[in-house]
Amino acid sequence: MTYWWLIMGMAAITFLMRYSLFAWPNLRFSPLVRQGLHYVPTAVLTAIVVPGMLLPDGAHWQLSLYNAYLLAGIVSIGIAAMSRNLLATIGGGLLVFFLLRWAMGQM
Amino acid sequence: MSRHPFFVRGLRDSVPMLVGIAPFGIIFGTLAGVGGLTLWQAVGMSMFVYAGSAQFIVISLMGAGAGAVVILLTTFIVNLRHVLYSATLQPQVQGLPQRWRLLLAFWLTDETFAIVQRHYLVHGRTPLAHWYWLGVASSLYACWVSSSLVGVLFGQAFPDMASWGLEFAMLATFIGIVVPLLRNQPQIAAALVAGAVALLTWSWPYKLGLMAAAFSGITAGLLLERRQPERQDDMHPDEVRP
Repeated sequence: MTYWWLIMGMAAITFLMRYSLFAWPNLRFSPLVRQGLHYVPTAVLTAIVVPGMLLPDGAHWQLSLYNAYLLAGIVSIGIAAMSRNLLATIGGGLLVFFLLRWAMGQM
Repeated sequence: MSRHPFFVRGLRDSVPMLVGIAPFGIIFGTLAGVGGLTLWQAVGMSMFVYAGSAQFIVISLMGAGAGAVVILLTTFIVNLRHVLYSATLQPQVQGLPQRWRLLLAFWLTDETFAIVQRHYLVHGRTPLAHWYWLGVASSLYACWVSSSLVGVLFGQAFPDMASWGLEFAMLATFIGIVVPLLRNQPQIAAALVAGAVALLTWSWPYKLGLMAAAFSGITAGLLLERRQPERQDDMHPDEVRP
């Protein structure tokens, strides 16, 4: 039962943040804020990806050639830069990732 | 023009993301089942909270016996980035009825934001663009909830699935979104600074480092952009449209 209360609390918090600025559709941002918002996807997603590659378990640095997250991540960046195709990046990246894990005996 | 083609185009453009979201949802379901949530609690969390990374972190907090305050505070901080998404897409929901704004806000995840924001950048704001948004968002939501259910069911059959590394799917997805955005110096600077600060602050509690990294990256991009104002039009195709 407590888990359900927690789930509903999480749902409320998450929704309120997503709805926050939709609640005032007529609010206009200053030019500085509007410019800054152009960097939101790049900054936020990179801040998730980079530690995900270098600290895959969220606690320990893995600067090693046996880190499949790092190697497959670099390959995915290459695929994305060359193809600019989302499906090729996700599919190719996952394929390389699992091949590496399999080759390193990590499966 | 009818709404139907926009909705269908949204469904179609969401397909690549499904390849990344389904494994992530399956691994969530597996971990939630192992972590002590019932089937309906695990699926309910995906259905009502619908925030992948927060759900993962909360599952591990629950496993470690964290209290309700810590769990809710963590949800708040991990999901703070959605305020930025809300702000970024806010100009596009001007004029939409309240029920649309409620629904689209509920479905505003990293992935939905990325596809929809790109659509507005490329095509500008068209009268039926919210039907495109609805197509993307409903498809990704259905995928997340159903793959969570599959994860709970299969997690019992393959208990070691949590160690397969399926979470790499999320990294590949985000890489596929970000790399094509790095078309000019300010965007590249935003990425480099955000990545570096994320590494320097990874040990901060409750993922506070994520927000520090985001704001550092945004500031870096802004500073560089302000030093080369003559190239602004090139950088904001959405704002030069009538």
